[in-house]
Amino acid sequence: MDINIKITDREGKLHEILAPTDMAMNLMEVIRSYEIAPEGTIGICGGMAMCASCQCYVKSNHELPEMSVDEDLMLAEAFHVEDNSRLGCQIQITPEMDGLEVELAPES
Amino acid sequence: MITTDILIIGAGPTGLFTVFEAGLLKLRCHLIDALPQAGGQCSEIYPKKPIYDIPAYPEILAGDLTDKLLEQIKQFEPSFTLGERAETIDKQEDGSFIITTNKGTKHKAPVVAIAGGLGSFEPRKPPIPNIANFEDKGVEYMIREPELYRNKNVVIAGGGDSALDWSIFLTDIAKSVTLVHRRNEFRGALDSVDKVQELKDAGKLTLITPAEIKGIKGENHVTGVVISKKDEEEFVLETDHFIPLFGLSPKLGPIANWGLEIEKNAIKVNNALDYQTNIPGIYAIGDVNTYPGKLKLILCGFHEATLMCQSAFKRIFPDKKYVMKYTTVGGVDGFDGTRKEAPKAVVKKIN
Repeated sequence: MDINIKITDREGKLHEILAPTDMAMNLMEVIRSYEIAPEGTIGICGGMAMCASCQCYVKSNHELPEMSVDEDLMLAEAFHVEDNSRLGCQIQITPEMDGLEVELAPES
Repeated sequence: MITTDILIIGAGPTGLFTVFEAGLLKLRCHLIDALPQAGGQCSEIYPKKPIYDIPAYPEILAGDLTDKLLEQIKQFEPSFTLGERAETIDKQEDGSFIITTNKGTKHKAPVVAIAGGLGSFEPRKPPIPNIANFEDKGVEYMIREPELYRNKNVVIAGGGDSALDWSIFLTDIAKSVTLVHRRNEFRGALDSVDKVQELKDAGKLTLITPAEIKGIKGENHVTGVVISKKDEEEFVLETDHFIPLFGLSPKLGPIANWGLEIEKNAIKVNNALDYQTNIPGIYAIGDVNTYPGKLKLILCGFHEATLMCQSAFKRIFPDKKYVMKYTTVGGVDGFDGTRKEAPKAVVKKIN
């Protein structure tokens, strides 16, 4: 099953995309698969919560998986962090996330 | 001037393995890397993380992979220019290239192999409005010369290994060391965290957490930083130096201006043949290149390096006859005079 996600890119453009829930993909990978951020500017560490290049702001009220210690401490060293900041690579796409709205944080 | 056969830009796994494949063809290599150590991302970002798709290694730590590659290429005596970024390239009349680093070191070779991964690692600069005015005037994103901080007041920001390790190191040199981090917890290695705790308890280091540096004070040089602590009013801490250590992020950098065809932050190569770029004699291998169906995997980089070396050999010795030899058959003759070979069969008569 695919779900709908709204992603605002770093230039402020809105992308309404479909993300598969059965491909073990995380949000960072979905963004890369649609090339919503240029290659080499997102998912630099590959998805290990070790670089914060996939930081995004969660705009909708979806209940997301709880933050791991790794993600929390990586965000503690990232820039432009807000209360709704998450690392895209730590958010696995599930059917419950249908309608999710996120915005990419600036590149740093 | 450093001269060699193949000048490799990037000392990550692909660059290192290139030395081996070139060595089998009796070609010598020199590697340039912006990082102070070999291994690229494997040693800089995730040395303690396991990799599961290196053929014949069900599991290997990225740091161990680097160590094993260095061991594998040892007999081919690679030389290194580390901690310098390849800045410019100039083609010579004889077809060779001269590459100059940001520190002015010059290298010459008939073949260039760009194995630059996602680019050279640059320090991540915190978004403090006036920070650029103080660069090298009290703000340093990297510690190059620890003596600079002797008897000075130093503020370090960050929560990873480099922030912890340098805080520990500088307590012996600086007049005072203050570590500022947005959390009470640190990401770095446990023994470093313990050591910082010890120094704090002994009054040798000041810890300000959870807090953030919001501004920098000074005229021509840093005189203080503005610190914001949760639920408290901002305050100024006097200091001579502010060292933000928020890790490194890769940037393609000067390579992007070398006249190479770039697509999606990567260098286009001919994958049907030899991973050569649009400039003959310059190859791009590993994560830095792109072609239809490209996968950024270490194992793909190894394959690309192997084919690229064969092409480089033909370019350097166009008239020499050569066929590929299996290492099991031909052994490995090092430039250091060592030889590895299969043990000779023991012949024993049956009576």
